Amino acid sequence: MSALRLDDLPPHMRPERSFQGLILALQRYWADWGCVILQPYDMEVGAGTFHPATTLRALGPKPWSAAFVQPSRRPKDGRYGENPNRLQHYYQLQVILKPSPDDLQELYLRSLYAIGIDPKIHDIRFVEDDWESPTLGAWGLGWECWCDGMEVSQFTYFQQVADFECAPVSGELTYGLERLAMYVQGVENVFDLNFNGRDGAARVRYSDIFLQAEQEYSRHNFEYADTDMLFEQFRMAEAACKKYLEAGWQSPQSGDGISNNIPPKARGRHLMALPAYDQCIKASHVFNLLDARGVISVTERQSYILRVRDLAKACGEAWLATEGGGRSA
Amino acid sequence: MPDLLLELFSEEIPARMQGRAAEDLRKIVTGRLVEAGLVHDGAKAFVTPRRLALSVHGVPARQPDLREEKKGPRVGAPDNALAGFLRAAGLKSIDEAKVQPDKKGDFYVAVIDKPGRPAIDVIGEILPDVIKNFPWPKSMRWGVQSEKPGALGWVRPLHAIVATFGPETEDPEIVPFAVDGIAAGNVTRGHRFLAPQPFAVRRLADYMAKLERAKVVLDAERRRDIILTEAKQLAFAQGLELVEDDGLLAETAGLVEWPVVLMGAFDEKFLHIPEEVIRATIRNNQKCFVLRDAAHAKLVDKFILVANMEAADGGAAIVAGNARVIRARLSDAKFFYETDLRTRLEERLPKFKDIIFHEKLGTQAERIERIERLAAELAPLVGADVAKARRAARLCKADLLTEVVGEFPELQGVMGKYYAETQGEDEAVAHAIEDHYRPKGPDDLVPSDPVSVAVGLADKIDTLVGFWAVDEKPTGSKDPYALRRAALGVIRLVLDNRIRAPLKIIFEIVTDGWKNRNMQRVLDRYEDRVSRLEDALAVEKQKQKGAVVIDTPFPGLFGFGLEEDLLAFFADRLKVQLREQGARHDLVDAVFALEGQDDLLLIVRRVEALGKFLDTDDGKNLLAGYKRATNIIRIEERKDKREYTGAPDPKFYQQDEEKALAQAVGTAKADAERAVAAEDFEGAMRAMAKLRPTVDAFFDKVTVNVDDQALRENRLKLLNEIRAATRAVADFSKIEG
Repeated sequence: MSALRLDDLPPHMRPERSFQGLILALQRYWADWGCVILQPYDMEVGAGTFHPATTLRALGPKPWSAAFVQPSRRPKDGRYGENPNRLQHYYQLQVILKPSPDDLQELYLRSLYAIGIDPKIHDIRFVEDDWESPTLGAWGLGWECWCDGMEVSQFTYFQQVADFECAPVSGELTYGLERLAMYVQGVENVFDLNFNGRDGAARVRYSDIFLQAEQEYSRHNFEYADTDMLFEQFRMAEAACKKYLEAGWQSPQSGDGISNNIPPKARGRHLMALPAYDQCIKASHVFNLLDARGVISVTERQSYILRVRDLAKACGEAWLATEGGGRSA
Repeated sequence: MPDLLLELFSEEIPARMQGRAAEDLRKIVTGRLVEAGLVHDGAKAFVTPRRLALSVHGVPARQPDLREEKKGPRVGAPDNALAGFLRAAGLKSIDEAKVQPDKKGDFYVAVIDKPGRPAIDVIGEILPDVIKNFPWPKSMRWGVQSEKPGALGWVRPLHAIVATFGPETEDPEIVPFAVDGIAAGNVTRGHRFLAPQPFAVRRLADYMAKLERAKVVLDAERRRDIILTEAKQLAFAQGLELVEDDGLLAETAGLVEWPVVLMGAFDEKFLHIPEEVIRATIRNNQKCFVLRDAAHAKLVDKFILVANMEAADGGAAIVAGNARVIRARLSDAKFFYETDLRTRLEERLPKFKDIIFHEKLGTQAERIERIERLAAELAPLVGADVAKARRAARLCKADLLTEVVGEFPELQGVMGKYYAETQGEDEAVAHAIEDHYRPKGPDDLVPSDPVSVAVGLADKIDTLVGFWAVDEKPTGSKDPYALRRAALGVIRLVLDNRIRAPLKIIFEIVTDGWKNRNMQRVLDRYEDRVSRLEDALAVEKQKQKGAVVIDTPFPGLFGFGLEEDLLAFFADRLKVQLREQGARHDLVDAVFALEGQDDLLLIVRRVEALGKFLDTDDGKNLLAGYKRATNIIRIEERKDKREYTGAPDPKFYQQDEEKALAQAVGTAKADAERAVAAEDFEGAMRAMAKLRPTVDAFFDKVTVNVDDQALRENRLKLLNEIRAATRAVADFSKIEG
């Protein structure tokens, strides 16, 4: 084990007592291993995978190791705060390592140990779960990681992102933080989680912070989200994404100045992949809200997914033409 | 003789792929060894979540020496031909070749001696190739090497390879090879948590023994036995019974290297949820077994889990953790179930307007409407109450929109039944919602309640006619809409319930129901396709001036209406079904060859009667007489290039046997037809049997091919009457023997 010893922590910082303690322990573990610890992306996303630190950085040859917490919004999963396991907003901790290290499973298991899950008394299993994101044009092979029958993480070797082969392959770990915390804290209802690890009056519970939000957002997501606005936002985000993508291609000859309508073969570097990708993220979230509102029919649904996927593909292509994507100047 | 031991040590292999992978590894490696002349005594493959292993016993230490003769050009052939031969055969000069005579002269023959190579070298070439090309259903790349094209693909990252080869009495050698940077060795590891230290292995016996010490049971079969035995013992100790589940057993055996079977419990209050839901929750989500009370055959509040860990605390934390997850899952299931109960089934129906059943066959709402209409039409035919059949048909798919079925699609129908019962539907209606999917397979029960039968037939027939109309018929092994199963379902429903159902008329009821509705366009497109094909064929006929072999994309479609084509499919399915029950396929053909056979029950009864008849002496002799008569007619018709049909003329009858036959044929035909009309097939066969003595006497006493042409023609026509008469019961020409 690393130099981080659980025993050294004061009780309120211990991962099995404190939700934030759990997050901090995981972040310290991965920081100690060599990851950059990023902060959440400042946009609404359905999963940590949408963070450009995952989607875009998984593309291209450059090594990359990062870990970050990402608030994830799943409008359809809202239950007005009445379900002990389902939330429309929750936290994921995502670790992305490119190329995937040979001992990634070991690293993962040690991270569990770092939050107090001792493999000597628990039953930890890797159960087949292939991952696919139709909206991101991405897929990978891996497992759900089970601890005593509970899925506590997803473990994926990315094979394709934005319809491009990953070369090299990244290993992606996603910890469902609330679920993991419920497990180590031994509570049955997510709202009962101890957030700050304190006792008595000083204790802050998950419900103190999020119950009202779950109620309000469920109402918003299912009943009141302004669908006219959302349809318009989808169109605008899609159009803006395409506009930035098109405008971002730099002609290879000129070296400066951005010009429009350059045929793909003559394209040089791309200068606006990240802003374009923001609009793709936006479109994706707006689609999720429209879906929760039940205003997208089954047939339309597929076509919306394909529209977002087309944006993601084009953003991936643009990213590969940036310095971060491995294109030299 | 030496043994080969191979182990491919990887990250966790999906349980569902393990069995196939072991079998593939054995087949491919042994096949390649035999190809290379390394004929061995036997081989056995093993698989755990983390390793794929193979032992091949009694492999020769060397390949046999081979001598190959290569035939070259003629003696005296041009120089360039000789040079080419020398190059190809690897000879330095033509003096090294033998000269051999042949029918056409003397030829050069090169004798090439191929000394056998050491087996270990050959194996070292075979194994990397097998590994690189292993047929995983899905494989992946990983790590640094995945940057380069052509990186090794495996089901999950491959970490180590053991490959040893040697005789029993010595330390085996390591087969020298490497795949994508992974060198073969003799070191493996035990259980991930219980014995992670590496250790060296020699051959299968000590490999298995050392693995066992390192908490790995190599043989999946043994892991299954351990799980089953221990689970049953745990259950028995509590007076309970394990609900056995082979699929789950195989899966759990594929998820552990060291099975540890434990029992946990959940809150009794969940037992109010339907048993199927509890079982699906615990099985699908948690891969745990459920238990029932041996005395009352009811589920109890206990479950069996299979861990991969001998835990320091005896499994207390593992059981507690699993129990908590199961509790949460059951809470969800209970919530889903109770939520479902709050909405009546019929209130869900409007949503089906937005759900596409199939792009060419409209929405689920339209489909349900079609099923309802057809069920109402079929109800009188099967003795069902029309209103109940309608009601059941209208509700039969409603549970697809419930939370529980959304979570567990395999509970479709069952949940509908529960919800229907709760909302006070008639018992027959509730059962039809569950049973209209039946029979789901060859071993499944066939419903007998008329309402279930009506809805089941309506659902299946609508599906069949629909997919037939849009030309989504099964082809070869492809049957994505399970249409073969649907047709077989119709056949079994009809036969088991002894329902009189002329299929063609039923198909017409279906298509009639489509007219002037949305489905009209499906019919129109079908007509279009048929006429396009007919046009294409006409053009082809024109080109080739005569008969054409039909090779169209829709062979079944050609020259048929939709109903006839689908009927032919049913005939095929019925044949398969009857053959499986032991009926002779030629008898089925003999009955189908008659006009207008579309009533499954009558067809089967006729086939049965025919079979019994042909088992009697009368039957056998009549068949022989029939064959003799048709042979004679066929030969004479070919000779004379004309047909001998039409009624014989009584004025030409000369012998008593002729007159007797003519009379007997007339009587038999009339009697048989009357009996068939009364659906008395045994009676029809009895009428036919009466023909036998007169037919026999005719052949004994009467010469057909006489010089008098008028007389000959009349006798041939009389023979033809035998053929015509037998068609009252079957087409005897299709009967073998």
